[in-house]
Amino acid sequence: MTKLIIILLSAVFINNYVLVKFLGICPFLGVSKKLNSAFGMSVAVIFVMLIATAVTWPIQMFLLEPNDMEYLQTIVFILVIAALVQLVEIILKKFIPSLHKSLGVYLPLITTNCAVLGVTILNIDEGYTFVEAMVNSLGSGLGFVLAMVMFSGVRSTMEGSDIPKSFRGLPITLIAAAITSLSFLGFGGVIENLFS
Amino acid sequence: MKTLNNFKKGIIKENPVLVLVLGTCPTLATSTSVMNALGMGVAATAVLLFSNMMISALRKVIPDRVRIPCYIVLIAGLVTAVQMIVKAYIPDLNRSLGIYLPLIVVNCIILGRAEMYASKNKVFDAAVDGLGMGVGFTLALFIMAAIREVFGNGTFFDMPIPVLCDNKITLLTMAPGGFLVFGLLIAAVNKFGTHKPQKKDFGCSGCPQADICHKKSCEDDKEAAVND
Repeated sequence: MTKLIIILLSAVFINNYVLVKFLGICPFLGVSKKLNSAFGMSVAVIFVMLIATAVTWPIQMFLLEPNDMEYLQTIVFILVIAALVQLVEIILKKFIPSLHKSLGVYLPLITTNCAVLGVTILNIDEGYTFVEAMVNSLGSGLGFVLAMVMFSGVRSTMEGSDIPKSFRGLPITLIAAAITSLSFLGFGGVIENLFS
Repeated sequence: MKTLNNFKKGIIKENPVLVLVLGTCPTLATSTSVMNALGMGVAATAVLLFSNMMISALRKVIPDRVRIPCYIVLIAGLVTAVQMIVKAYIPDLNRSLGIYLPLIVVNCIILGRAEMYASKNKVFDAAVDGLGMGVGFTLALFIMAAIREVFGNGTFFDMPIPVLCDNKITLLTMAPGGFLVFGLLIAAVNKFGTHKPQKKDFGCSGCPQADICHKKSCEDDKEAAVND
């Protein structure tokens, strides 16, 4: 149990996908302008990360490894994720239209998001069990939410400020991201010591 | 002459990283040392060159409706090949690039060029375009990595530099340094760049998801998302 909590907390704070591991930077810079679109996007990411892990982990363990086909990992995973996102979209549209309305816009954007493919591959590389892999995906998704929501706050504050001309737009956003990322460095080492 | 311009535009005018701001994830993550940056750049260039050539050669065969999945499979196949070669011959590089090597599959530059250029042009032009974009990507990575390694670690290609290696700014090699250096570089390009193509001009059609998202421009998309 302690191990699961450590995995969860370190995925959220220490190894934050966006701010420390640089995965999923495009949506982070693109969609984080407004709070509600940032939130919608990141909820969709958690959702896809969880299902993607639930499907790719068994595929790796029961299909690829017994048959010595680990080299197919990249192709199989990306195809599975793409198909899954499409499938989820169709199912949501048919059965839960209200949820589709709020998440639907973001789902196709997630197919080629490196955070999703990244989390599925990392789960295998780290040698996690199925439960650990699911917890890690949940933590990574929550870390994504945290970064997106925090950063959309930073950006809305920044909107009114007077910025030198060549820094307007992307450069100042990146520099603000650097400072946000700096605040996450402070968590290093805290979580392991919390339970020892 | 036309070929030369086609090659050059990827390096300067439409530099994928510094001007079009595509493929930010690998740029930030692998620019901690010059060696890693070059490895990443060369690997991505190889994939980009071959994917552009193959997609261009198959452009009349692939049905329009399923082209994105086709491109992804092709690119994933090429990435797997590159991954196996790197694993076999340069295991150190494989270890230091880690997860970012398979993640070349979802690099926006590669899908973007496939969709924007290779699917509409002849094989030779597509190859030149791919090579130009790849060199541009490598060059941007190299510049960023050089700044981060020289000032952050006091070394260049792992060789210590006098003075600087005793006064390291370690922060630059860590995550925040990546964002900071990238932000400053883009600001410098904005300041000194003569020609500034906006990302808007590059258009939604360059975005790999344009086909699925049905929006005319990415701005519409954001507005629509908010209004929903």
